[in-house]
Amino acid sequence: MTTNTPLPPTAHLSPKPSINSGGTQLLEVSMGPQHPSTHGVFRMDVVLDGERVIKLKPIFGYLHRNHEKIAEDETYLGSMPYTDRLDYFCSITNNWAYALAVETLAGIQVPERAEYLRVITGELTRLQNHACLIGFLTQDMGASGTPLMYAFREREKILDLFEALTGARMMCNYMRFGGCRVDLPAGWLQQAKEVVEAFPRFLDEYESLLASNEILMSRTQGVGVLSKELAVNAGITGPMLRASGVNYDLRKVDKYGIYDRFTFRVPLGDHGDVYDRYMIRLLEMRESVKILQQAMRDIPDGPIMDAKTKIRGFRPKAGEAYGRIEAPKGELGFYLISDGSPNPYRYRVRPPSLINLTVLEDMCLGQNVADVVIILGSVDIVMGEVDR
Amino acid sequence: MNLELLESEIEANVPGCRLEIIPNPSPSAQHSLLINPEHALTIAEFLRDAAHLRFDYCSNVTGIDWPAPESSGKIKLKEMGDGMEQDVEEEIKIQDAGYLEVVYHLYSMEKKHGPVTLRMRTEDRAERVHLPSLTPVWRSADFQEREIFDLYGVVFDGHPDLRRILMWDEFEDHPMRKDYREPDDYEYEPTAHDEVLRKAKQHHSTIV
Repeated sequence: MTTNTPLPPTAHLSPKPSINSGGTQLLEVSMGPQHPSTHGVFRMDVVLDGERVIKLKPIFGYLHRNHEKIAEDETYLGSMPYTDRLDYFCSITNNWAYALAVETLAGIQVPERAEYLRVITGELTRLQNHACLIGFLTQDMGASGTPLMYAFREREKILDLFEALTGARMMCNYMRFGGCRVDLPAGWLQQAKEVVEAFPRFLDEYESLLASNEILMSRTQGVGVLSKELAVNAGITGPMLRASGVNYDLRKVDKYGIYDRFTFRVPLGDHGDVYDRYMIRLLEMRESVKILQQAMRDIPDGPIMDAKTKIRGFRPKAGEAYGRIEAPKGELGFYLISDGSPNPYRYRVRPPSLINLTVLEDMCLGQNVADVVIILGSVDIVMGEVDR
Repeated sequence: MNLELLESEIEANVPGCRLEIIPNPSPSAQHSLLINPEHALTIAEFLRDAAHLRFDYCSNVTGIDWPAPESSGKIKLKEMGDGMEQDVEEEIKIQDAGYLEVVYHLYSMEKKHGPVTLRMRTEDRAERVHLPSLTPVWRSADFQEREIFDLYGVVFDGHPDLRRILMWDEFEDHPMRKDYREPDDYEYEPTAHDEVLRKAKQHHSTIV
């Protein structure tokens, strides 16, 4: 083991590797893309001492298309389909966050049935997002595809439901301010009940296959540890925050929509390592199944749109609002400023993926280069949301 | 959260600071606190550390551009015409400086309350665009302040790593500003047609 001299602040920009006091040559590597959802648009500048990471900077912006600027030139309704493209795994929860911000801004009430539809589609989104994540994570560990295929098999069933409901598998564009776009087609609820009923079997299968797998445990336990204090200070949200042991779930804290009506637990981790982040997702899926079962049991009949809400030519009064929801990846917030015109004066997205990357370096320092791949996988990023 | 109460509490604990409540007339009624940049760090530390407030979580940081609306005025000029000096009135456009604004949304994970919205304003949009960085208080502002630096041009003093984050390093403008003009042609990189053609010809002559 050698000792390291501290690097100058611009070391990651310098092309020349420097010699540290121990005599080993530091190696600067441009690493990535290797994660399935970062194809070509994300890399890390890593400085290595042997196999050990001593500096790491995430580099992104390759997918930046100025979503916020486009939305400021659009009407309020006009940017709804663009929100689908933020986190393209979870278009429905993106719609929800935006709809919630607009509803807060204009004081719009949502009918009962629409609230239930939002919970049902939102929790289905969470199921398929987490299923994808644990699939990707095992893929990152080198579990050559089988667990990923299992996860995708389950995800497909949910995407079939989305397709039947909205016409699209990924860019669902389901919500509107004041409610939802369409009501459930005939037989949909029964079909969804069957999918949700069968889902815990997949989780059992996954847990018995992998949760106590020796290789998985040795690759993930104690790797990429994130402390409680740092997680809170760096604004980390979602499963990543809760894996570090902080009990903060917006479905419980803000009780937006009708989340106060359902009984469910908030799973928490102890160590804040990759294993905890992996297990939290598995446990959260079990809780989502509970919420879904309650919501599908209780859903009332009635209108799905507030009849008073004017969607086209919508002009909220001047003012501002910040609305946020517990998206599968963490707190997704929209901050809107209205000047009374048909398009927002300022439209800001608070993306969980971007802010969760803040601590990537802290989690990777001192780890082996092979662990970086898994640590990044456990953050759960989607570049559409990081770059916007 | 009672904003008047919070305002007087901050004023009692941070000597010399000037605060102003910016009312929000919309149904959301999320009013905000305008703070002066000189005391921003002390105010932020107070909000984070005070035992009954504990705003340990800075959720969202937003940049906003407020160019002053263009107004027109008339000035009197003396002009020579017909060999005589005449008084003429000429219409000119007056553009005030306007300002850039940064908004922080704070919550408490420990006490589970919030939001408190803090605002800071720069003096103008051209030269005096410096604001103190709150990243030393909340790490979550790190990437978000870099984004505002990148897209709006606000310079955050005390930020540990203030570099462009979304646009490439050679890019010079700030695309989120209201007066930003998109390039007419996005393909501004010249393609070396002649050069390429000449090389291709040379290449072909050797193989034909």
